[in-house]
Amino acid sequence: MRLKLVPSETNWDFFSRSKLWLGISGALIVVAFVSFLIQGLNFGIDFQGGTTVRTNAEAPVDIAAYRGALDPLDLGDVSITEVFDPQFGADENVAMIRIQAQEGEEAASADLVENVTNALQALDPTLKIEAVESVGPKVSGELIQTAVIAVVLAIGAVLVYIWLRFEWQFALGAVAALVHDVVLTIGIFSELQIRFDLAIIAALLTIVGYSLNDTVVVFDRVRENLRRYKQKDLKGVLNLSINETLSRTVMTSVTTLLALISLYVLGGDVIRGFVFAMIWGVIIGTYSSIFVASTTLLILGVKRDWSKPTDGGPAGTQFGTTES
Amino acid sequence: MLQIDLWKRILIWLTVAAGLLLAAPNGFYTRVETANDARQAIEAAGETPERLAEANGWPSFLPSGLVNLGLDLRGGAHLLAELPLSDVYEKRMIALWPEVRDALRQERATVGTVRRQSIELAELKVQISQPEGMERALQVVRALARPVSSTNLNTLGANDIEVTGVGNTITISLSEAERLATDDRTMQQSLEIIRRRIDEVGTREPTIQRQGDNRILIQVPGLGSAAELKSLIGTTAQLTFHSVENVTSDADARPGVGNILAPAIDEEGLFYVLDENPVVTGEELVDAQPAFDQNGGPAVNFRFNASGGAKFGRYTAENVGAPFAIVLDNEVISAPRINEAILGGSGIISGNFTLAESTELAVLLRAGALPVEPEFVEERTIGPELGQDSIDAGRIACIVAFIAVLVFMGLSYGMFGIFANVALIINVGLIFGLLSLIGATLTLPGIAGIVLTIGMAVDANVLVFERIREEIKAGKGPARAIEQGYEKALSAIIDANITTFITAVILFVMGSGPVRGFSITLGLGIITSVFTAIYVTRLLLVMWFERRRPKTIEV
Repeated sequence: MRLKLVPSETNWDFFSRSKLWLGISGALIVVAFVSFLIQGLNFGIDFQGGTTVRTNAEAPVDIAAYRGALDPLDLGDVSITEVFDPQFGADENVAMIRIQAQEGEEAASADLVENVTNALQALDPTLKIEAVESVGPKVSGELIQTAVIAVVLAIGAVLVYIWLRFEWQFALGAVAALVHDVVLTIGIFSELQIRFDLAIIAALLTIVGYSLNDTVVVFDRVRENLRRYKQKDLKGVLNLSINETLSRTVMTSVTTLLALISLYVLGGDVIRGFVFAMIWGVIIGTYSSIFVASTTLLILGVKRDWSKPTDGGPAGTQFGTTES
Repeated sequence: MLQIDLWKRILIWLTVAAGLLLAAPNGFYTRVETANDARQAIEAAGETPERLAEANGWPSFLPSGLVNLGLDLRGGAHLLAELPLSDVYEKRMIALWPEVRDALRQERATVGTVRRQSIELAELKVQISQPEGMERALQVVRALARPVSSTNLNTLGANDIEVTGVGNTITISLSEAERLATDDRTMQQSLEIIRRRIDEVGTREPTIQRQGDNRILIQVPGLGSAAELKSLIGTTAQLTFHSVENVTSDADARPGVGNILAPAIDEEGLFYVLDENPVVTGEELVDAQPAFDQNGGPAVNFRFNASGGAKFGRYTAENVGAPFAIVLDNEVISAPRINEAILGGSGIISGNFTLAESTELAVLLRAGALPVEPEFVEERTIGPELGQDSIDAGRIACIVAFIAVLVFMGLSYGMFGIFANVALIINVGLIFGLLSLIGATLTLPGIAGIVLTIGMAVDANVLVFERIREEIKAGKGPARAIEQGYEKALSAIIDANITTFITAVILFVMGSGPVRGFSITLGLGIITSVFTAIYVTRLLLVMWFERRRPKTIEV
């Protein structure tokens, strides 16, 4: 007896509601943009400069008291959040304190860290500083720049590779799916105001890689079926290809999600944001390779005759005429 | 039909064995680490029975390479320092002025009197009172130029200074070639000095790297805080000896051309006017040790090299009775009166030191002065406990992810799933083997990369198995179905993995620190998972098939 998530023979029509799916995707992208414009991203210090201090105390975190202790230091914008993790014991109460970049300084001065430590330890002698990270505005500006370049480069490189291996319509379809994934991932980080730092950029690029992986597998099958079923129209070929690869798509997504979910639950709070981005990306990436990439391909159409040069007719409408 | 040549089989198993052997030390991390440390200690300081016992904890014929743990896993301090390289240009100009002055004075008849106008933006401006003598003056100053000493062939033959004259003003600045050469020297020197200072403190495996044109990355595992590291390398520790021109309590006093105003380090409101050009500098020190002065207070003993000692001796002989100042980073530590000529080339610096301060000062003086004062643009301190927590959490997550995927594959593909699982286990072993081989650093995102690879590594196998299922459904025999399955799935596997690999490469090139760690495990994971899926699983399948010769197979 085998565990089967997808029936061995499926014949679902993935394009009967293609307008609905495109509409949903479009709406989500609009929401992402609006959220980005209104709320912006909750940039971590990697991108904004400033200092974060991670504290661990035996007594419960009292945010108001912490704030009261830090107020006399006159540090400007200070945000304090408690960190929760199922693996923390009762005597582990962790807080993250974020302090804006101080006037006229690049990274945090030793004095700043010492003052903060003293102020908090006066409040609770059991409090320990577990980590201090400080990034100067100069570096953070560069980090944003490199991050943006990295994402754009990755998408560009992929565009070229798929163009070389397939046809330009495939490349555009894949890139449409990628942009969709990246925008929605940034969107959810803005919507939920999850901290957006350097690691999230790594997650974004992995999502690009994963989503692409999925898209390429479907496209590979489309290419094969286009050659095999010359009579079938493009929609039929796409549907057939997606159905044939559906079992694999689901299997891979489930195994990847299994691994990621265990990391999300057990991997500790430090990388939780990062893993969240990946889980979201895997789900979105799987969806987009079927509903965005393939639908784009359907709209763009494909040159069917792989052996003869194109005769200049409108792409995607040549089927039937190439039979010889 | 289903055939794999014997040599290929041997090669595949050898690769797997080599990978697993390289990964093995990581299973006994602490033991191997102690053994490695002990071996190094034996090499450096000779054998002791203890060290020998530790070294024998891990057999020497086995590989002993370990995956380095990143700072976020081990705990430690990370600093990114930026060096204001142009500060050096100005110092060069200040040092050049006496030379220029002396050279022009010899030509007093043609150029008249010489006056220093300013040193700004690394340009030395000199005024002469007889503009008609400009041509001669330029000649004289240009004769002071020296060829640029640099390994760069493009700058071969270029001079170190550029001299122009307008009206009665001569402007002297460093040439472009000399600036480049100076920048390079400053960086090399700073790297070397920072390395020496950190080595003096004796922590293990510090990373000290040049980053970009003017930055230095310093990572010291196990150090308590970045603040400690900063106090060690944040001071230039430029020790100089100056003659004292005057003493004042006015912080805004104008020291006059060629002089500087320096505050006393231990007395608020006391300022010294000093000759800008030092008599001797710390560069000519050969040794510095913590010591005690005649009153029993902590002090630092120092010794000059021959030329430093001679200069110091000559100066003290000529200036008996006058005070001179011992200056550290533009603050006067003390300004004793010269009682007699100091000819031995050694002396003592006493001030209001604590014992710890005098020890640190001795370290700094021994290691040498940094040519410029570094500015810290990024710093991170990770406590060792947080690092350990992250390792523990990561390990548990890996194991759970692993088991979940193994069970799921077994349930979905039966016998074939088991083969894929064996390949998956080998795959993770190979990743660790490769990481140890290239001495890569494992970071927290790196662990996430491995977990992601576990999830994705089965993808290639899934592609093949699904294809085999299809072939069986199409009525092909078992052997033919397996063969076709592999053949037809190959293009999808290659395309899918190359595209992911592209993003890993981009991450590696563009990223830094933890992101780069992630890209390494992701990239290696792709290579090993393709290898295990195409070769290892296939070989396992073929071996099973040859033995059983089943009439039908169920995937």
